[in-house]
This record gives sequence, C-alpha cells and structure tokens, in this order.
Amino acid sequence: MGDTQENIPQSGEVIAAKAVWQVINEKFGDAVSELDENPFMPFFEVLKREQWRDIALFMRDNPKLRFTYMACLSGVDYPEERKLGIVCNLESLGELGHRIAVKVKCDREGGIIPSVAKVWKTADWHEREAYDMYGMEFSGHPDLRRILCPEDWEGYPLRKDYQVQETYHGIKVPE
Amino acid sequence: MGLLDAKISKHNVLVTSVDNVMNWARLSSLWPMGFGLACCAIEMMATNASNYDLERFGIFPRASPRQSDLMIVAGTVTMKMAERVIRLYEQMPEPRYVLSMGSCSNCGGPYWKHGYHVLKGVDRIIPVDVYVPGCPPRPESLIGGLMKVQELIRMEQIGISRAEALKKLEEKSIDPGQLIQAARKGAIAS
Repeated sequence: MGDTQENIPQSGEVIAAKAVWQVINEKFGDAVSELDENPFMPFFEVLKREQWRDIALFMRDNPKLRFTYMACLSGVDYPEERKLGIVCNLESLGELGHRIAVKVKCDREGGIIPSVAKVWKTADWHEREAYDMYGMEFSGHPDLRRILCPEDWEGYPLRKDYQVQETYHGIKVPE
Repeated sequence: MGLLDAKISKHNVLVTSVDNVMNWARLSSLWPMGFGLACCAIEMMATNASNYDLERFGIFPRASPRQSDLMIVAGTVTMKMAERVIRLYEQMPEPRYVLSMGSCSNCGGPYWKHGYHVLKGVDRIIPVDVYVPGCPPRPESLIGGLMKVQELIRMEQIGISRAEALKKLEEKSIDPGQLIQAARKGAIAS
C-alpha cells in the first residue's frame, strides 16, 4: 500500500484489536500469525490449529480479553492453497467492547479443526453448518451431523468445485 | 353458472343433474391443506385472512391431508421437502387437486440454475392442475388460481376425465391483456 494509507490515523477499533492480539501473542507466541490491521475487521490466523481450543478458551476467560460473544462462524474454501478454513467473528459484548476475527485453516481433504462448541454455544450449529457446506471435521464436537442438507446428501455444496448430484432418491436434481 | 345464480324464489322447483349438484357442493367447500413452504405461504395466509377472506368461497385450510381436497404448494420445494410433499399428496383422498403457487414451485424460480437443493418444479413429483405465476403471487392471483380449480371441478362429469377437463380449461383461456385494455378504456370513459 502507498504512503497515503499509512498516514491515516488508525481507528480505535484497530488499536483495541492490536492490544488484544498482543495479549494473545504473549501467551501463545508462534501459534498465532501477525495481526492483519485492516480497518474493517482486524484478524489473525491460528497457525497451530491444535491449539485453537486453548486460544479460544483463553480469549473468553482472560480478564483483558473477555470475548464473551461469538457473532459468527463462517466456512471458507481456498482451492489454490488446497485448504478449507473457518472465520470466527468474536466480540466482548457488554464488557470490553472490542472485536476481532480469527481464522483457522485445515487440509481440503480430511481436514480436522478443533471444535469450540464447548467454549461458545453458538459454535455448535455454526460448525455443523460449516461441516455441511464444506466438509471439514470438527474434533470434539458434541453432535457433528449435517444441519441443512439431507443426511444422505452427496458432496459439500459450497466448495468451489462442487458438482450437484444427478438424482436424489430417484428425483432429478439439476435443471 | 352456479346453482345459486338461478335465484330460487318461493315455491319454485329446480331441475338439475346429480353431476351439477355434486360438483357445486365440491367446488363450494374446497378445503386446502394448511401448509406453506416459503414466502408464498405468507401471501397465502394473507389471502386466508380477513382482507381477502377466502372463507367466503368456502375455502379454509385443514390441518390434515386426510381432510383436504386441495394442496396449495406455496413456496420453494427443496429436495429434502420433495419426498414429504409426495407423501402428503398420497395421504390426500381422491378426488384431489394441486395448485402450484409461485415461480419456485412452478419451475424452481430463482433457483433454476444454481439452486442445488431446490426441486425445479413440483410437477416433477406430483401432477399439478393449476399454476399461479408470480414471485410471490398477490392474493388476487391466488384467488384467480383457486377459481380456475373451481372451474375445473365444475367441468368434471361422468365421461370426461381430468385430463380432458384440463384441456378444455386451457382452450377457454383468454388474453388478460385485452381485459386490461378494456378495463382501462372503461375507466377513461367514465
């Protein structure tokens, strides 16, 4: 980016996210990436995904962080990197007020991400939806089944290379 | 012509055929099955409610397919729902009618190309008698569709199959454009 962008003073939200990231980085070090200081939704990536649940618990319970609220958990397909991922939007609702997004990635085939359904209840159904649409597994999830598609549906519809099945129980599916 | 249009006054005798009386009775108490699938259902509920008051035609929703004559498929039929729709249809006693309401249930509507989960037209799984276009159709259109169903019932008699009656109904179709034009002309004149 050019110099002009750097001269713009950072918003309070980015500064707050920076402070949050520093607390997490102090504790977990290499397990988290640098903070992406974009003005829309600052985020960092969890590089050691087996630590994701510990990080989540730390973010929820640490008195400096107190991320009490998971606003959303979305799935993402990265076909060029041969990866799948999730994006979690977290907020300290009614306490400290700051927001941050966390990304976790896993392999495209047979990828496993630790479940945070026990940390934030919201994650339960959101992880089921991500599993339904993208096919990554969430280890330690209490009830990992498809949530929207029928249970015997073939494939994961939101993957970029998804091909719809010809028939479902003898009914023609495509146009 | 309905029977009541004949205006029965005192001491008069009415002569009609059994077919006519039966059809009149059936079309004057069309009971649709009370279920909706998407936004069309909202419009269907509005049609049932007091502003449009379907009950004046003897149409009011029943809670069970076993008590219904008519299935209004109001909304997007997903692949998951398709099997249930078949089952509900099979639970309805004959003679039964199906009205497909809105683009989604007519042909898949906006999900035609990329909706992997949507059935591209409910006529792929059950026979449809009347299609009501619109996204969603206004209550007036739904009432129009229901009147088509009534017309269809009125046509049925011994010796005329449903398919033949539907064909006749199709031949009777009029160009709505002309009607609108005529109505506009009348409005300007008055």
